[in-house]
Amino acid sequence: MLLLPFAYIVIFAYIPMSGLVLAFKNYTYAGGIWGSDWAGLTNFRFFFISGAARSVIPMTLAYNLAFITVGMFVQVSFAIILNEVIGKVFKRVTQSMMLLPHFISWVVVSALVYNILNFEFGVLNNVRAGIGLADVNVYGMVGLWPFIMVFLSVWKGAGYGTIIYLANITSIDPQIFEAAQIDGANAWQQIRRITLPHLKPTMIILFLLAMGNMFRGGLDMFFQIIGNNGMLLPRADVIDAYVFRLLTSSADIGMAAAAGLFQSVLGFITVLTANFIVKKIEPDYSLF
Amino acid sequence: MQITAARRNRIKITGDRIVLNVISYIALSLFALACVIPFYLIIVSSFTSERAILTHGFSMWIREFSIEGFEIILTNPALIARAYANTIGVTLVGTAVAVFLATMAGYVLQRRDFAWRNPIMFIFYFTMLFNGGLTPYYILCVRYLGFTNSYHALLLPGMFSVWNMIIAKNYMRTIPDEIVESAKIDGAGEFRIFIQLILPLATPLLATLGLFTALGYWNNWMDAMLFIRDRDMYTLQYFLQNMLRSIQALRVVAEMSGLVVPVMPAENMKMAMTLIVTGPIIFAYPFAQKYFLKGLTIGAIKG
Repeated sequence: MLLLPFAYIVIFAYIPMSGLVLAFKNYTYAGGIWGSDWAGLTNFRFFFISGAARSVIPMTLAYNLAFITVGMFVQVSFAIILNEVIGKVFKRVTQSMMLLPHFISWVVVSALVYNILNFEFGVLNNVRAGIGLADVNVYGMVGLWPFIMVFLSVWKGAGYGTIIYLANITSIDPQIFEAAQIDGANAWQQIRRITLPHLKPTMIILFLLAMGNMFRGGLDMFFQIIGNNGMLLPRADVIDAYVFRLLTSSADIGMAAAAGLFQSVLGFITVLTANFIVKKIEPDYSLF
Repeated sequence: MQITAARRNRIKITGDRIVLNVISYIALSLFALACVIPFYLIIVSSFTSERAILTHGFSMWIREFSIEGFEIILTNPALIARAYANTIGVTLVGTAVAVFLATMAGYVLQRRDFAWRNPIMFIFYFTMLFNGGLTPYYILCVRYLGFTNSYHALLLPGMFSVWNMIIAKNYMRTIPDEIVESAKIDGAGEFRIFIQLILPLATPLLATLGLFTALGYWNNWMDAMLFIRDRDMYTLQYFLQNMLRSIQALRVVAEMSGLVVPVMPAENMKMAMTLIVTGPIIFAYPFAQKYFLKGLTIGAIKG
């Protein structure tokens, strides 16, 4: 019964792992992954000389850290205030509305962004004109894009994360809150002393899992929203999207493989380190 | 006496609660609106004439009603119908197989009497921590597995997920071992136990995994972009991506319609196409959401 799933991960996970040797090879179609000639460190040299390594690796790290921390902050906050809200209908309706972005693809998100931010036709400039402000070319304001990307990431993930945390909060025994209230704890104290500590294990586990993706992920978002926009790429790019562009537009397999090796190894080190630290502090919360 | 005191406390609304509620209502309303308004804008733009868009841009309301974009796209919908059929087919087949594989593997790995479950579990789990990345995967698929222009290029990449397997494993751990034992005494084989006893007991799990997987297949554009060159095999998302990005793709659709238009309503067509692609999700949303909420409490995250 395990045969098919096992074969699947051997083919689609373990064989590509062995394919990491491509980073040290000069890939030719005839030679394939294992038959191509060795190239030493040439691929890495190009990856570093082009400057891509120095800009895209830290940028990936910064973006993902922002996505994870801001995302988690928003999700936990919304879960807590959703739990406080008295109106049942309001609670249900806002939850439904917030979950909607989770269900659509990044391709559709790119259409939404185009609709709002496009210089010539966008709703933003339309509204600005309506109140007498000059048009702005958001696609020309490079410094703004890190914020836009973080917003989009939070926007798309908020509903889903909020519901996970909310489900967690509702599992707290209400008697604990009642007891705290009798003892005179105000709403803020209850959140700080009861709700947040209760959410901590979930937050840590989700954080650790996200750490594993620290150098991965973001491809969907960055390729759909930024694409090949050369002006924005220096400020809005991640390794995944970089590798994807190398593969699809220039077919520079060697450099893509070198960047990919970095990504895999760095990702692995991050998740091991994060897990190690958590294990030191609170062994119960570690992944393994 | 104590119980009534507690009851009274539960409904007692203190000043700080009111403040918190006011903040909550404002913050949640604003964010919820931000989640929905972009969709409203797309609907508006897809029903606004190209002329109004070219002079006024995309607006908050319909300035000049028109369905020219839909008309052009749907007059000869051969390509879109193909993309729809491809996406639906791939989603149905892919989801069915993926759910079956994930639950089957999860079931085996949660069985306490399976001696190798820990080492094998590790082999699966390791792939979540470390992997080869896109490049070797891409070359493997193109050069060795013949993915170019084939339906298995759209099906196979999403067909098994270790994450879903872990959710399945955790869920099935809650099914009492006695059921399996008694079935064994009655002489049922392992596979039969899984199909006839375990799966029917795990319907909420199946619904949840099915929904997750179906969403993944439906929204996938990458596999089509990497492996598919034949226009008849495009998926919906990739089709939309092309229409948004290249005027050429819009022209192909406009030419196929055979309608004579003085100016191609490019902007209007993009928005109409976005609506056509998103439509099913919006319709399925109430049902999907119901199972989704139920499912989130399933097999939570503990590994």
